[in-house]
Amino acid sequence: MSANLEALTAQALDALAATTDLTSLDAIRVQYLGKKGIFTAQMKELGALPPEERRDAGQVINQVKDAFQEKLDAKKIELEQAALAARLASERIDVTLAGRGQKVGGLHPVTTTLRRINKIFASVGFQVVEGPEIEDDYHNFEALNIPAHHPARAMHDTFYFDVHRVLRTHTSPVQIRVMESEQPPLKVIAPGRVYRCDSDITHTPMFHQVEGFLVDTDVSFADLKGVVYEFLRAFFEKDIQVRFRPSYFPFTEPSAEVDIECVMCGGEGCRVCSHTGWLEVMGCGMIHPEVFKAVKIDSEKYSGFAFGMGVERLAMLRYGINDLRLFFENDLKFLQQFN
Amino acid sequence: MKISESWLRTYVNPAISTEELVAQITMAGLEVDAVEPVAAQFSGVVVGEVLETEQHPDADKLRVCKVNVGEAEPLQIVCGAANVRAGLKIPASVIGAVLPGDFKIKKSKLRGVESFGMLCSAKELGLVAEAEGLMELPADAPVGTDIREYLQLDDNSIEVDLTPNRADCLSVEGVAREVAVLNQMALNIAVIEPVAVTHSEKLTVTVDAAHACPRYLGRLISGVNNKAQTPLWMQERLRRSGLRSLSPLVDVTNYVLLELGQPLHVFDAAKLAGGITVRYATNGETLELLNNQTIMFDEKSLVIADDESALAFAGVMGGNYSAVHEETTKVFLECAFFTPLAIAGKARQFGLHTDSSHRFERGVDFELQNRAIERASQLILDICGGQAGEITDVTTQAELPKREPILLRQEKLNKILGIPFENEIVTSILQRLGMHVTAQADGWKITPPSFRFDIAIEADLIEEIARIYGYNNLPNNQILVRSALNQATENVLDLDRVKDLLVDCGYQEAITYSFVDEALQKAIAPSAEFIRLQNPISADLAVMRTTLWGGLLTAALHNTNRQQTRVRLFESGLRFVQKDGETLQEKMLAGLALGNVATEQWSEKERAVDFYDVKADVEAMFALTGYSVQFVAVSHETLHPGQSAKILTETGEIVGWLGMLHPTLEQQLGFETPVFLFELSQDLLLQKQRASFKSLSKFPSVRRDLALLVKEDVNAGDIIGAIQSCSEPLLQDTVIFDVYRGKGVEDGYKSVALSLVLQNQAQTLTDTEIDAIVSTFLETLTQKTGAKLRD
Repeated sequence: MSANLEALTAQALDALAATTDLTSLDAIRVQYLGKKGIFTAQMKELGALPPEERRDAGQVINQVKDAFQEKLDAKKIELEQAALAARLASERIDVTLAGRGQKVGGLHPVTTTLRRINKIFASVGFQVVEGPEIEDDYHNFEALNIPAHHPARAMHDTFYFDVHRVLRTHTSPVQIRVMESEQPPLKVIAPGRVYRCDSDITHTPMFHQVEGFLVDTDVSFADLKGVVYEFLRAFFEKDIQVRFRPSYFPFTEPSAEVDIECVMCGGEGCRVCSHTGWLEVMGCGMIHPEVFKAVKIDSEKYSGFAFGMGVERLAMLRYGINDLRLFFENDLKFLQQFN
Repeated sequence: MKISESWLRTYVNPAISTEELVAQITMAGLEVDAVEPVAAQFSGVVVGEVLETEQHPDADKLRVCKVNVGEAEPLQIVCGAANVRAGLKIPASVIGAVLPGDFKIKKSKLRGVESFGMLCSAKELGLVAEAEGLMELPADAPVGTDIREYLQLDDNSIEVDLTPNRADCLSVEGVAREVAVLNQMALNIAVIEPVAVTHSEKLTVTVDAAHACPRYLGRLISGVNNKAQTPLWMQERLRRSGLRSLSPLVDVTNYVLLELGQPLHVFDAAKLAGGITVRYATNGETLELLNNQTIMFDEKSLVIADDESALAFAGVMGGNYSAVHEETTKVFLECAFFTPLAIAGKARQFGLHTDSSHRFERGVDFELQNRAIERASQLILDICGGQAGEITDVTTQAELPKREPILLRQEKLNKILGIPFENEIVTSILQRLGMHVTAQADGWKITPPSFRFDIAIEADLIEEIARIYGYNNLPNNQILVRSALNQATENVLDLDRVKDLLVDCGYQEAITYSFVDEALQKAIAPSAEFIRLQNPISADLAVMRTTLWGGLLTAALHNTNRQQTRVRLFESGLRFVQKDGETLQEKMLAGLALGNVATEQWSEKERAVDFYDVKADVEAMFALTGYSVQFVAVSHETLHPGQSAKILTETGEIVGWLGMLHPTLEQQLGFETPVFLFELSQDLLLQKQRASFKSLSKFPSVRRDLALLVKEDVNAGDIIGAIQSCSEPLLQDTVIFDVYRGKGVEDGYKSVALSLVLQNQAQTLTDTEIDAIVSTFLETLTQKTGAKLRD
């Protein structure tokens, strides 16, 4: 290698080493390797050499040139990485600060509970039906085998508008309305608001119920027990104890109250279950022949069961809410706990 | 109904604990609400006899007594009770006794005089809540006997919450009958012998309403002493059932009511004029009842009357005038069977509810009256002395309830309960329940007993079998349901989807009462006709809402009053609108927003929510439906006249309203910031348009922006409307992207910047085509809104 080439190489390497940014690196590339660059000029000077030396000298220049190109490329990568690192460092933010914009709200726990109930029953083909809240006496009472002076009316604490119209005291009138207009087989749940003229620590004048019923040929009390039992286990997502206790509703016969093992104390006995270990969660029974008669369904051909449950009661047990009145105060501090 | 466990166990005494007994009857449908000991815990109290009393030297109200407690020497006990006297037997607590509340009796000095115990009142023993003076024990009470043992205080009051069908259990005997059935034991019913008739005086009894009163029994008992003391055992049984001892005559009727379930009444015979008539009242006839309430009857009320006037409200309550009192010496004892339907609802009509009406309207055993009147007579003679006359019995057999045989089919039984039942089980259960059973080829013929009013049809018998067999011994079937496939309509949007959208927009779902305060209702919807509850729970929950805004505003105030500065709420539910005399129950969805647009945070400037924020949420809901709606500037009585919009469907139906609460209302209701409201009809909101595919254009779209100068009163809707009225098929989209007022724009005008996006399916648009379209738009705009192109 000529002394000149050696000096040029050293000079180029020095320049490369001194470079700290991509712009000057590119200038160096142009200065040495460009079409008019220093190493390119060296190649052009080969013509002045004797032909037998040209080949070797050319090879040497190419080797130097390639070696330099390699170093330049490496330097470029190094500088690019440094630049990227600098950019990344400068763009660092505090990722722990809160995100911008609207926070989501939430559904009322009664709605959440209703949706779960609906979903569980919908999975076996129950349909959701709604009914009016201002009901006539016939659908709320008469057709449900509760005639005018029946003692069971006293259990209902009815809100009246006039002699014929009431605020429905239960969702059972929906059962009548559906059976009046449709023929079995029927599988319906009817969620909604109901009203009782009663207000204290454990009663609000409005609350929610879900009525459910199934009418088909050969429906038995054992079927009812099975449905209620499986529903309660699905609702509480737990293998809880369930018991059926004889009771009385004018629109079912046989009638039962359903108790579950207290979900607060696991049946040990606590304040919530009045130290009985059991909690009453729903009423149910086989649809009374008089009810079938009122809706003109043949009770010799068909049988059916019905059940009804208080939604707030179930929500309280599910979420551990200790005061019924909270449901209707709509305090954000209460509502937001269920988001 | 409360009954004493020890009393119950005199009829039937299964070898099970109180807890087991309670569980057993609860599971048979006689739900036990509470079990309470009949006395508080205490010890060391014995029957004592006051031998002598002396005035305390230093205290007017205290006496120093010598009391025999059955030990060698009498004790000196200082006592302040007014009724302490020599010869009285009382409960005496001695040194070392522990009274309720862990109160230990020690030797003490009262005003310098030593006292070695305490003489007790019934209250101090925890037997009653209030008592005056010492508890007086009978003269034959054995001195020195532990008072718990003497009064049998190791007993419980069992409170049974009976369902209306189980009238047969409204007595100790009735509950005992059930316990006997459940334990397959015999029932020890005391045989009631007729009392000796010792005089022949009778009152004539006329029953004018045999249908309502098929059986009426009465007898005169003379020479009674109503000042006699009701025996302690009877007082205790009454107390353990929650009844106070009043006078021996009344106590006896209450006792028999508890024992047998038969209501009885005693009239002071001296007050009666002539005979007794059971009749319907005359319209407007009045009677002052035992509770001092004077009621005015209609002709559907049944009364017991003498020759002059009504004496008692039959089956409900006696009258004041003919009531027995201390000086009463001669009584007319009444024991009747009234038909449930004749009594049902009658007491409630006058706001009354009595032990008697409770039983008669549910059904009293119609074969019980003879036993009951003899039982009561015997007790009266035992306690008050006297002579019983002959019973006058007016029974109309034809009007007594019938017990017709009911056919129970084995197949039906098995089908309804879901398992096969054997003949022996069915027969055994029904016979134990007092039913008459005859086997048939396909089942059984069953006649229920006179005390059961709830067994009329086959289903009732099936319930009885299930009940005694045990509901929990029946299987739980996994049901296999016949099911049609569910529809999945695309014509209706699911309300849940809309609710979820609002939740995602930061709203919290509220549930408010459907009835609201009348004043609030009138304030926010002065022209809406509403429907009023006849019997509201309170004045602030008295009328049905005609808009969901009332409840939401109240809920918002509840929160702003509790330091919440940002509130977003929505509710779905019915509103109740009066229209042409009808009440429409319309499903609505309403929302409210106040305070900042977003929760407080670090990067964005705080900004109060405004009309357009809430409008965006409303628009988002409609965006889910596929239909477009129109917002029209129309004022609304609840809303700010300049910030309210009526929302119309494509066909012009009113979906609802959106706007700012009127500032006057805002102030009147107590809000400190503007409140934005919307309310939409669910039926119209949830109509959904199924998506329909249009092929995509391969050619570029072109955007042209126009800056228009319009008068202030020209709305954006007018401008967009004008462009839409051209029905230009190539127009893909048009957006107002700026509204400017100020420098360069004359006062009373505004500059509206509008973008138009045009695209052709078939070819690239040429400038000539575009210019033609835009100039058509401009002409229409000028014509309809007076818009000019800004220089």
